[in-house]
Amino acid sequence: MNIIKFIESFTNDSFLNAKGSRRESFSQFGKLGSNAAMAAVPFGLASMLFTQKANAASSAFLSATADTPTSALQLALILEYLEDEFYATALDTNGLIPSADRAVFEQISQHEAAHVEFLMGALDTDAPAKPTFDFTANGTFDPFNNYDQFLALSQAFEDTGVRAYKGQAANLITEPGLLTAALQIHSVEARHASQVRRLRGLKGWIPGNDEGGHPAAADAVYAGEANTNQLGFNTANVQETNGPAIPAIAGSESYDEPLTGQQATNIANLFIVQ
Amino acid sequence: MKKKVEVKEVRTGLHNRRSFLKLGGLAVAGTGLLLVGCNNDDDGGGGNTPDANQLPGIRNGVFDLGGGDLGILTYAYALEQLEADFYTRVVNSNSFGSTFNAEEQQILTDLYNHEVVHREFFRTAISGVLQDEPDRVLPDLQFNYGGLNFNDRLAVLNTAKALEDTGVSAYNGAGRYLTTPDYLVIAGKIVSVEARHAAAIRDLLNPGSASFAGDDIVDANGLDPAQMPSQIISAVSDLEFITTPFTAMYLE
Repeated sequence: MNIIKFIESFTNDSFLNAKGSRRESFSQFGKLGSNAAMAAVPFGLASMLFTQKANAASSAFLSATADTPTSALQLALILEYLEDEFYATALDTNGLIPSADRAVFEQISQHEAAHVEFLMGALDTDAPAKPTFDFTANGTFDPFNNYDQFLALSQAFEDTGVRAYKGQAANLITEPGLLTAALQIHSVEARHASQVRRLRGLKGWIPGNDEGGHPAAADAVYAGEANTNQLGFNTANVQETNGPAIPAIAGSESYDEPLTGQQATNIANLFIVQ
Repeated sequence: MKKKVEVKEVRTGLHNRRSFLKLGGLAVAGTGLLLVGCNNDDDGGGGNTPDANQLPGIRNGVFDLGGGDLGILTYAYALEQLEADFYTRVVNSNSFGSTFNAEEQQILTDLYNHEVVHREFFRTAISGVLQDEPDRVLPDLQFNYGGLNFNDRLAVLNTAKALEDTGVSAYNGAGRYLTTPDYLVIAGKIVSVEARHAAAIRDLLNPGSASFAGDDIVDANGLDPAQMPSQIISAVSDLEFITTPFTAMYLE
């Protein structure tokens, strides 16, 4: 699959070594308490939800074609299951995450676990079961023994999450409460993505669809991310006279692009045991 | 139910909106405002209330952001004007290169770039919708940062953090009031970039910590804030950065 070539390409790239100095300055910050994650989750959302049942996602995975509020949240929950297990496994793997980065991934893990709980509550009986994940993608990766691969997959999952939630927003337009909650998760995923990208020596935002020299195979995660046409406005040609010139690349950086449900599903399926 | 005074604008043709607004909304003569009466307005929110039909424009001598989708877009335009202006002053400061290290300069310059792009997008998009009524497009707001010292690294970064976190909360809270899917998707495309900004600025202030998505901003459900326009406008007003008066009578 294209995405595998893509991820391989950026687990091997030399820019992996361009780590910032922030790790050295970590020690003054203690570890997070984990109590916040255990706080009570209000599940009132479930009661304000669907009058109609989803077209049953009874199996482990869903078909991402329905474009309903329920299907939107089901896709979201699958992606959150994936992220939650990915980070929980990594944090439980001795020697994988350097101590300087643990606070970051403990925080991300805490959020993904909370998102799973939140979405399970919102979906109630429409919640799909948790799939069985294979984060090696059938032996292609070794993220729990290779920290660079872990970081690369983390970036791919977070950027995919941002794009996938964005792609479901319009499916939630008839459910204002759910739409707001989904947006509130979406921006947290974007915070995660920014931080992980920066841990990897990249910008926190996405310049074009170019992740530092990866091949066109990146299309699976970053397809369409280089878009500079926003409702007819060319974001790559902004003239500014009151400050420094705006480079063309700023246009695509300024907007994250959505993934369709099918695109996001295809990415997730690479890591799901069918 | 609440009563709301409805103001009907009788447009008299030429007037210089920009200089008018600089007067602080005191000048009413020449704008041709006519009080026509009251109506009852079911203030239920969402896109089907009478508020949604209120276009942006001058009411009672002050620019009102309006209601409905155009009101939300105009509200976003105002916030993007603030962010763009702030970062313009940051990067234009004579001490920019000495106050911030290379990584910080790169990030702040990128943020300047992005916010200017967002501002120009809204200017163009709103102007396109209101092409026959250019007076209804929010004018260029004026800003004053008071005692903010642009040579003070921490002061600038903390202000950036506040603006970015506020932007995230504003877009998250505004999404539900948009009825046009294309506009909702645009708001989604922008808000995640604002969140990326917020995380980066927070990490500059507290490197390598959980602060990029800290418990001070993300709640126990893993949710970022989502505040209503009225809450955001109140918070932004408290910053006292925007000196041009405007109202938001038709936003929740």
